[in-house]
Amino acid sequence: MSTQHSKAAAAYLRDEAVVTRHDQTFFAVRQKRDRMAQALPEWEQLRETADQIKRHTATHLAQYLEQFEANATRNGVHVHWAADAAEYNSIVYDILRSHDVKKVVKSKSMLTEECHLNSSLEAKGIEVVETDLGERILQMMQLAPSHIVMPALHVHREDIGDCFRSKIADYDEIAKGYAAISPEPHDENDPTFLTYVARMHLRRQFMEAGAGMTGANFGVAATGDVVVCTNEGNADMSTSIPRLHIVSMGIEKLIPDLSSLAVFQRLLARCGTGQETTVYTSQFRGPRPGGEMHIILVDNGRSEILGNPEHWQTLKCMRCGACMNTCPVYRRSAGYSYTYFIPGPIGINLGMLRNPKTYSDNVSACSLCCSCDNVCPVRVDLSSQVYRWRQQLDSLGRADEMKKFMSGGMSLLFNHPLFYKLALRLSPLVNWLPSSLLNSRFNPWASGHKMMKFPKKSFHELWKKL
Amino acid sequence: MKIGLFVPCYVDALYPEVGVSTLKLLRSLGLDVEYPERQTCCGQPMGNAGFEKMAVPLAKKYDELFRSYDYVVAPSASCAAYVRCFHPQLLGAKDKVCEAAGKTVDLVEFLHDILKVESLPAYFPHKVSVHNSCHGVRELGLSSPSERNIPRFNKIIDLLRLVEGIEVVEPERPDECCGFGGMFSVEETAVSARMGLDKVRRHMATGAEYITGPDSSCLMHMQGVAEKQGLGIKFIHVAQILTSTR
Repeated sequence: MSTQHSKAAAAYLRDEAVVTRHDQTFFAVRQKRDRMAQALPEWEQLRETADQIKRHTATHLAQYLEQFEANATRNGVHVHWAADAAEYNSIVYDILRSHDVKKVVKSKSMLTEECHLNSSLEAKGIEVVETDLGERILQMMQLAPSHIVMPALHVHREDIGDCFRSKIADYDEIAKGYAAISPEPHDENDPTFLTYVARMHLRRQFMEAGAGMTGANFGVAATGDVVVCTNEGNADMSTSIPRLHIVSMGIEKLIPDLSSLAVFQRLLARCGTGQETTVYTSQFRGPRPGGEMHIILVDNGRSEILGNPEHWQTLKCMRCGACMNTCPVYRRSAGYSYTYFIPGPIGINLGMLRNPKTYSDNVSACSLCCSCDNVCPVRVDLSSQVYRWRQQLDSLGRADEMKKFMSGGMSLLFNHPLFYKLALRLSPLVNWLPSSLLNSRFNPWASGHKMMKFPKKSFHELWKKL
Repeated sequence: MKIGLFVPCYVDALYPEVGVSTLKLLRSLGLDVEYPERQTCCGQPMGNAGFEKMAVPLAKKYDELFRSYDYVVAPSASCAAYVRCFHPQLLGAKDKVCEAAGKTVDLVEFLHDILKVESLPAYFPHKVSVHNSCHGVRELGLSSPSERNIPRFNKIIDLLRLVEGIEVVEPERPDECCGFGGMFSVEETAVSARMGLDKVRRHMATGAEYITGPDSSCLMHMQGVAEKQGLGIKFIHVAQILTSTR
């Protein structure tokens, strides 16, 4: 009785100290979020309003998309529509090729991960450089993000130092530059020093790139604006040096107007990282003088989700990552234990929506504690959705046979009170089973627990004498 | 007021003393309590495992057995929550009202919200750490979830404070999941055991002699983990404390 997630998690859990550190790191983010939530008396009202706005937008999506397109076009932006990942990737490639771009800098975008944009462009000879520090580290290490907001928080600085020293061609030169401005001796993995190395390395990338790509945290229908939130300013660097700016935006990122933006802007960073706001919140309305701006609106399964009565609420998600930070299973199993590229509660659900047969192994990664439902700023019913997915596993042919057998056995017992009473009578016999049998692999309970002792008499036998 | 007592299957089989305490407590408050003998399980284990259909006949049976009572009281927050939050949708059709579900309460909320008990003759001179079980917190509202910005309350602690001699504390991360989760504990054994261990350690860090809560399922899981790891802390259900005397 195991899934890909449970097996990977068991392997990860072997190193107790690593797990403790991962758990504490992300729980600290949850606590920062709690402090932010407690500091706003209107917090719950904000969540409710955000939920309502998202519900409204999702149910009027076509109308808002057309309004957005009209306004963005009026602002001088080229708007493209992509039905799926393949179409999206080819639109990006065509834009880059027509401008003879050899190197692209990009800020963080989970949509590009979803569509495998980087590998698609690289296969066609275009170099893609991630400029979010965490994403850049992972790109150099050839690793995938382990979290959607803090993608490399699981990587230790010693490993980052090793990576920089082996992968950054002008590392020695940059280190010399640092010694000139900061002559004090320092550890080679000192965070300030490593940040300086990254900054100098990225600066060159920005200068050399022919195009800058960003994601979009929000698209404002009433104005045609695209809003990008970062903490490093890398989206702004990516768009203010190259003259060509390409925005990739999932169609669910749309909100009606600037008043709605005010609601989401107050929630996003507070929930995601426990900050009042992201350090940079950039609003793009059109190309800069002499430049060119494209927005690609990507569906890639979203319209289908909208038509799914049990799971459409995942479209409300604004990818803050709060559900991961609070998830006790995510914190103890980490991002790579999940088989979908987005881990945690929202990832379990999005994976199932992507392909239920391929990603059903993550559905086990939930104790149904419902904490995620309560941190979610847009009130996605995350745990209820996991529960509903479990109900579908059997018809998908992905139910665990042992669990099915156990459920069937319980069902038989509980539907027949006489059997049930007989079983209660016999249950103390379990206490006499040899421990070699009780502690074998046939009893998964025993791997983490000492077996319970059955009392001599059940409540069914005792109550009449009371 | 006619009360139906629901003693969930695993409490029946493993922790009959919790059922006994509950029955004694309710009777001592002058209530007319009945225990319908043909009761078994609310269906949650199958539902959470993904076989909700197997829970439907149990929900139906539950409704038949308990619909005539004014309240159905269960000494197990998670089971009460499953009945109240899930039975109506299991029984589905709008023309067939699921009556027992709306009248089902956990013992703590029954004493706190319905009877509004203000004193009990209980005595328990020990330090106890309160385990706020997830479904008690987030489905029944036995305490304010730590995620939310709402006025703080804790009905379990309110009741325990009526007990003479007791010292009540809460662990760090007071409502983080202990990792039981029904079949989760046998499917995700490694994560579940680690969550349990973390939880037990936090309870122990308070210096408490006992971990107590309204849900024997969480207590069962934590006890199994604690005993496997050789951690010496005792476990007791809230109902047992509320009926302890000198």
